[in-house]
Parts: sequence; C-alpha cells; structure tokens
Amino acid sequence: MSPLLETKAVWQRFGGLVANSDVSIAVEPGEIVGLIGPNGAGKSTLFNLIAGVRPPTQGSIIFNGEDVTRLPAAERCRRGIARTFQVVKSFETMSVIDNVIVGALVRTTVMREARRKAHEVLEFCGLDARAEVPASDLIPSEKRRLEVARALATEPKLLLLDEVLTGLTAKEAEKGVELVRRVRTAGVTVLMVEHVMEIVMPLVDRAIVLDLGKVLVEGKPADIVRDPKVISAYLGDRHAVGA
Amino acid sequence: MDNSFAQRRRRDLILAAVLTCLAALAPVFIKDVYVQNILILTLMYAALSQAWNILGGYCGQISLGHALYFGLGAYTTALLFTKFGVLPWFGMLTGGLISALIALALGYPTFRLKGHYFVIATIVIAEIAYLLFLNWDWAGAALGIDIPVRSDSWATFQFTRSKLPYFYFALALCCAVWLVTFWLENSKWGFWWRAVKDNPEAAESLGVVVFNSKMGAAAVSAFFTAVGGAFYAQFVSYIDPESVMSFHFSLLMALPAVLGGIGTLWGPVLGAAILIPVTELTRSFIGGSGRGVDLIVYGSLIVLIALARPEGVLGLFSRRRKGGAR
Ligand SMILES: Nc1ncnc2c1ncn2[C@@H]1O[C@H](COP(=O)(O)OP(=O)(O)OP(=O)(O)O)[C@@H](O)[C@H]1O
Ligand SMILES: [Mg+2]
Repeated sequence: MSPLLETKAVWQRFGGLVANSDVSIAVEPGEIVGLIGPNGAGKSTLFNLIAGVRPPTQGSIIFNGEDVTRLPAAERCRRGIARTFQVVKSFETMSVIDNVIVGALVRTTVMREARRKAHEVLEFCGLDARAEVPASDLIPSEKRRLEVARALATEPKLLLLDEVLTGLTAKEAEKGVELVRRVRTAGVTVLMVEHVMEIVMPLVDRAIVLDLGKVLVEGKPADIVRDPKVISAYLGDRHAVGA
Repeated sequence: MDNSFAQRRRRDLILAAVLTCLAALAPVFIKDVYVQNILILTLMYAALSQAWNILGGYCGQISLGHALYFGLGAYTTALLFTKFGVLPWFGMLTGGLISALIALALGYPTFRLKGHYFVIATIVIAEIAYLLFLNWDWAGAALGIDIPVRSDSWATFQFTRSKLPYFYFALALCCAVWLVTFWLENSKWGFWWRAVKDNPEAAESLGVVVFNSKMGAAAVSAFFTAVGGAFYAQFVSYIDPESVMSFHFSLLMALPAVLGGIGTLWGPVLGAAILIPVTELTRSFIGGSGRGVDLIVYGSLIVLIALARPEGVLGLFSRRRKGGAR
C-alpha cells in the first residue's frame, strides 16, 4: 500500500533558524502515528507545512499520491487534510454549532445538510449539549474538543492533532484518547503531536521522534521509549528508570 | 432537530414583516414634510449601513471609504441621465455593477493588508476618488451636476409634489438589503465571512478561501451602497463631490451598524433609527448647517457605546446570547 502522506526531504528555515531539516516521514492509511520531541523540536512547524500554512523552504509533500507542496491550506483541506491548532483558534463570536458548520461546508453548500452533519460530529465528540453556546464560553478542554469536531466536520482522510490531550485532567485525557480511537475506527488516519508519554504511547501504532528539526528515530512505541538516543534527547532519566 | 435555530429565523422574518407594514403605514399619519424627509433619510441610511455591515460587520473588513461607492452610484446615474438620457433605473443598476467591479479591483491589493492598514487604505482611496471627481470637468467638477427635473414620473424617478414615492423606494431598498443579508447570513458565504472575521488562519484550515470571501463581501456591499447613492442623487436632484463622496458619508454608513450592533442582522436598522433622527433633530434645534454638530453627536454616541456596550445597542436586548449571530 502506498502511504497516505509522505514528506520528502522537507526543510523549513526561519531566517537563520532551521526548524525542520531534511524531514522525511510517511504515514500509512489507517495508522495512528505519534510525532514527539522536546519543545522547539519543530513538530508544529512540520504540521504547518503538511497543512499548507506555508510552503516548505525545500522538499515536497505528497498526499494521497499527489504532490500538494504548493497548494494553499484551503485546497489541502478539500483534498482531505484537517488539523487542530496547538493554541486553539475557535471562532469566538460564533456558537459551537456554527464553528462546526464552517468545517462541514467544505463538503456541501446545502445549509440543512451542513447543520445536520455538524450536529452529528458534535455528538460524536460529546459536545452536542453545548451546541448553542458561544465558543467563547467553553472551558479549555471543550475548546480542544471543538477543534477536533470542526476538523472532523471537513470529512478528512488525515487528521493532524497538535497537542489536543495536553493540559487536560487525567479523566478528560482518557476521554480524549477514546475519541482518537473512535476517529481511527471511523476510517480517519491520525498524525498526532503529544507530550504526555504515558498517554500517547499506548495509543499510537508508531512514533516518530523529532529533535532539533531532524527525525531522530522512528518505530514501535515500546522500542522508542527504550532507545538511548530518545532517552537522552527527550525523555530524560525520569523515564529511563520507568521504562 | 434544530428547532431553536428555525424558530429564531422565523421570528426575524415576522418581526421584519411587521416593521415593514408599520413603516409603510407611517405616511398616513405623518404628513409633515420635514418629518417625512427624516424618515426617508433614516431608511436610506439603514439600507446603506446594512450594506456596509456585510463587509465591515460580517466579514470584519472595516471600510471607512464607502463614500466612494455611494458617490459612484450617484454619479453614474446622474451622468447617464443628463448626458445620454438613460433612465435612472438603468443608471442605478449600472452604478451598482461598476461599484462592485471597482470594489473587486481595489480588494485585490487592499485585502492583503491587515487591520488598521486596511482601514487607512479605504479612507485614502475614497479621498483620491473624491479629488478626481472634484477635478473632472466632464463630470461637472466642483460645480457638480444639476439633474433637470421634468415632471413627476416613476420612469424618470422624479417627484416634486410629494416625497412619498421616495419614501416607499427607500423602504423597499431597506427591505431588499435586509432580506439579502438575512439570506446570506445562513449561507456558505455568511459562515465563511464570520469565520474570516474571527480567525482567518483557522478558517483557511477548514477550507475557507479567505481572499475570495472578502472579495465576495466587498462586491455585494459595494453594489447596494451604489444603489443607495443612485437613489440619493434622484432624491436631492443635485450632486457634487462634497455632497456624495465626502468622508462624512463613509462615517454615516459605518456608524449605524457600529451603534446598533456590528455584524448583526438588526444592528444597522436599529442604529439608523436612533442615529439619523437624533442628528437631524439636533441640527435643526441648534440651527446652522455646519457639519460640526453631527460630528459631535456621532462622537458622543460612539464613546457612550464603546464604554457601555461595545456589542451595540442590540446587546441590551440579547444579553443572554452574547456573541450570538444576531
Ligand atoms: N513563524 C515562525 N517564525 C520564526 N520562527 C519560528 C516560527 N515558527 C516556529 N519557529 C521556531 O521554530 C522552532 C520550532 O518550533 P515549533 O513550534 O515547530 O516547535 P514544537 O516542536 O512544536 O515545540 P512545542 O513542543 O513547544 O510546541 C522554534 O525554535 C520556534 O521558535
Ligand atoms: Mg508545537
């Protein structure tokens, strides 16, 4: 099977700073892949390149067999790439349901259909009770859910989740994990950035470790947590002992 | 499934129908020409502000240069009529289309500007157009255009004996722009506009083509503003750059929406219903024709609103639904 997403030797420079250097990763259809790495490793930068916020300085991005390197973000969404933002970007003056309708309108312009779809997605994400509330009234964990709901409403093939489980209570995180599993069951491939190892490692099929903008290692979660390179770069002694 | 939403839409439509009927009956009781005049202006500014609100309110692109489109509508109609004998109805449509095209041409560079820079660009562009018309001899330059009044007729849209036809046209225009807004609000465009206003980056990630959204809003907004300008030219039957293209008009289109509730369905109507009578009455009480008085009134109202209720007067009625769509 050919990969759903492939980045080929992707570079991103910000002036003198190299945020992504020679990053080549692949995500197979149906996978949940974890993208991990210390602060400033370039994870969000890579997400932005995949989602089309800006074209990479160098390299190419292949999605679903097509070169999307030069396509704008909206066009990539149409092709099936959806994302959440690490710093949530809700449409604050709009109600929760209206936020999600914006996403649903990529697939239909019939309002009744978009509204129905939006309710369905909110229900899936456990937010339907809050549908009529202004997005600005949501608590942080609900806002994270709204980000996911909005992205799902675009009916993506690939969902990019940037730290959606970070900063949640144990119970909320548990629900989040369960949501990600159901998303995959619904047929959506997931690439997720996450910090909390204990949560993310049991969830993902495969993990890719980014450090200083480069791919350090990738492999099965169990191998990753034991890899000395990863331990020294990211996990630290705390985890070396635990693993 | 979504009854509250459908109910809200129905309630808006019923309220609009009732208000329209009441307004249509008003001239039966109000015979005073001076008051009728104020009513006509109020309706006209309600329509203009509703048009402004599409770009400035829903899409969040604050324009303080809409006098340009107002003036283009007025000039197109007046020039076509006086130079080529084209009936004002065609002039109105032509002016609307020309304005929409110019809005697209101007949007191409200016929609890349952010926030305050965009606002300043709209002011500067309208000011340049004002200066061009001031020096354009064929279009009457500073002297303007006197539209020759022949006889009362719907064909030439000229009425000297009674102001009522103007009143009903202004009411119809107001209803038309309201209905277009009502329809757009629950369409892909309406949702795209609000998304663009709230967070363009998130909007783009959800498939919203931000640039096209702004262009669409600008074209619709400019079209109706120009129709309003064409109406005004017929109503006053004399135009010059100062009386249809000055910055004053740009303010008068933005303020009712800001006062009533920016980016809401009812804000512009409510704002115009307060602002226009208040300024007109103040002007006649204090006397003189200086623009200074209007400015003092606008200024005070805006400061009051900014301090007490930034979401507009409408916020007084729907505190519960703060942040809602209307
Ligand atoms: N738009 C930008 N302009 C300049 N520098 C940037 C920009 N975006 C990111 N950077 C820099 O690139 C580097 C990688 O940032 P990035 O946000 O991708 O890290 P991250 O792995 O997501 O980190 P975190 O775990 O803190 O979210 C950082 O040094 C950051 O300061
Ligand atoms: Mg990040």
